[in-house]
Amino acid sequence: MLDYITSYLKSDLTPGSAGNLFWAFVYIVLIFLGLSVAVIAMNWLERKILAHMQVRLGPMRVGPHGLLQPIADALKLLIKEDIMPSAADPWVFWSAPLLVVITAFTVFVVVPFGPTHAVTDMNIGVLFMLGVSSLSVLGVVMAGWASNSHYPLMGALRSSAQMVSYEIAMGLAVISAVLMTSLNNEGTGTLSMIGIVQAQQAQHVWFAFKFFPLGLIAFFIFAVAMVAETNRAPFDLPEAESELTAGFHTEYSGFRWSLFFLAEYSAMIAVSSIAVTLWLGGWMRPFPNALNGETWDLVFSLVPGLTFLLLAAITFYSTARMPKHPYFKVQTIGLGGFGAVLALIGVALFIPPVRDRVQDIFWFSAKVAFSMYMYIWYRGTFPRYRFDQLMKVGWKVLLPLGIGVLVLTAIAGILF
Amino acid sequence: MAPVATTFFFYFLSALTVLSGVLVITRKNAVHSALALIVSLLGQAALYLMLYAPFVAGVQIILYAGGIMVLFLFVIMLVSIEKAQKEEQFNQQWLVGLAAALALGALFVLVYVKGRALFPDRGILMPEQSNTQQVAVLLYGNYMFTFEIASLLLLVAIIGAVVMAKKRI
Repeated sequence: MLDYITSYLKSDLTPGSAGNLFWAFVYIVLIFLGLSVAVIAMNWLERKILAHMQVRLGPMRVGPHGLLQPIADALKLLIKEDIMPSAADPWVFWSAPLLVVITAFTVFVVVPFGPTHAVTDMNIGVLFMLGVSSLSVLGVVMAGWASNSHYPLMGALRSSAQMVSYEIAMGLAVISAVLMTSLNNEGTGTLSMIGIVQAQQAQHVWFAFKFFPLGLIAFFIFAVAMVAETNRAPFDLPEAESELTAGFHTEYSGFRWSLFFLAEYSAMIAVSSIAVTLWLGGWMRPFPNALNGETWDLVFSLVPGLTFLLLAAITFYSTARMPKHPYFKVQTIGLGGFGAVLALIGVALFIPPVRDRVQDIFWFSAKVAFSMYMYIWYRGTFPRYRFDQLMKVGWKVLLPLGIGVLVLTAIAGILF
Repeated sequence: MAPVATTFFFYFLSALTVLSGVLVITRKNAVHSALALIVSLLGQAALYLMLYAPFVAGVQIILYAGGIMVLFLFVIMLVSIEKAQKEEQFNQQWLVGLAAALALGALFVLVYVKGRALFPDRGILMPEQSNTQQVAVLLYGNYMFTFEIASLLLLVAIIGAVVMAKKRI
């Protein structure tokens, strides 16, 4: 048994490909926990960042700087009464949030956090991710229809039209990136997520900068389409508050609603990780060409630990700035403890074996985190599109652009 | 990784596909039928996976379950359920139905009896790891012409739909 567990550590395959069920299970649990923490953190960050963009303070009451606000919200949602409208279709109403959550989490099976840090590596990786996440549209449509109410139905109609339209532009952008993976000696590309990053490694370039500006345009198309796919501002028409109350999940409350919330954020993380894998070099560190050599490798491998130490320093600074009133005593201690935990993690990341195993995960997560920050930034910056504008952008701008980029990429691939 | 519990998965997925296929024609509510059809299509996709055809399975999910069925639902959602439930569900065409069922059944029996002779013992071997590449080589190499004709057919269908839907172009 112990041999079975330790034997995997020496292999350079993902647990799924190596056929090691134990480690596959460990990875699944870790990814599930990590995602849940990321969603909680995103919830807090989004409110805080939006608030600061609008010169407000944001949540400040629950815990220091409102750090415990998401947990308080989660508790509130769990103990809220679960209401199902009497005219609703019970089966469909019940299964819609489940479908959305299951699809949002299933796609993470193939997300490569590092050359070996994925649950499994599939021959059809990207196709699997796009296919399974396209099933979440069904959940949205089912939720809207089963509620048997006007606003949800309108929201579901809008979202199905929107998601189906933008899926095409998204697919074309993905194909042009997949085409770039075939520019090797054998002439065959790959759809496997790990294979795509390895192709970028072999060609010494992130696909966003390949055939400048073709890769960048494809990345741009995907970046726009992924915001529309996840129903986020400025494309959040399916849940436009001012027009449709809350769109397709108007009739949902309590736990079921929180499932939709969870699914929305993990779908955002999922599409961001597709973008990172296809165009931003996946787990590779920045500047692999300009700053290469042993020294730079060492410098970049210290970044994860330094980041955590920086976070810890900020936390300690905030602890020192907490009000001195006895009422804030518990909060001050808590914040100090949080800083100490961050500092400990930072120190642990300097240990060489940990450092080598973790830095892939760190760079991947950092890139995804940047993309998540962009989501919040869009929401704070852009006004919402009108529906006809949305359709125009999808069909008349992104689709022709996508076909053009695909054709030009193919030509460039043959010429160079 | 070696396959696990192949027999169980085959019968489970087949039962799922067939049962939801039956539900598609017996449900009165059109949305329930469409949802059952989605389950049936997903079961089929899983069966393709069992046949070591991951690419076909992926395309099945992304096109049928995620694309076409969403458009189906898009239309069906707007149908009034009360009106639809009063309508007659089946056509009374016993003779034609019986003939079609018998013909299909005879075909199945024929394939079952003469299966070994009809199909070669080993078809084209498609290892899982390079399935997508093999499909691509066949589609864009050996069967290029047929593939292009099929795509032309689809293009004609799209143009036809637009011409029928729009009075002025």
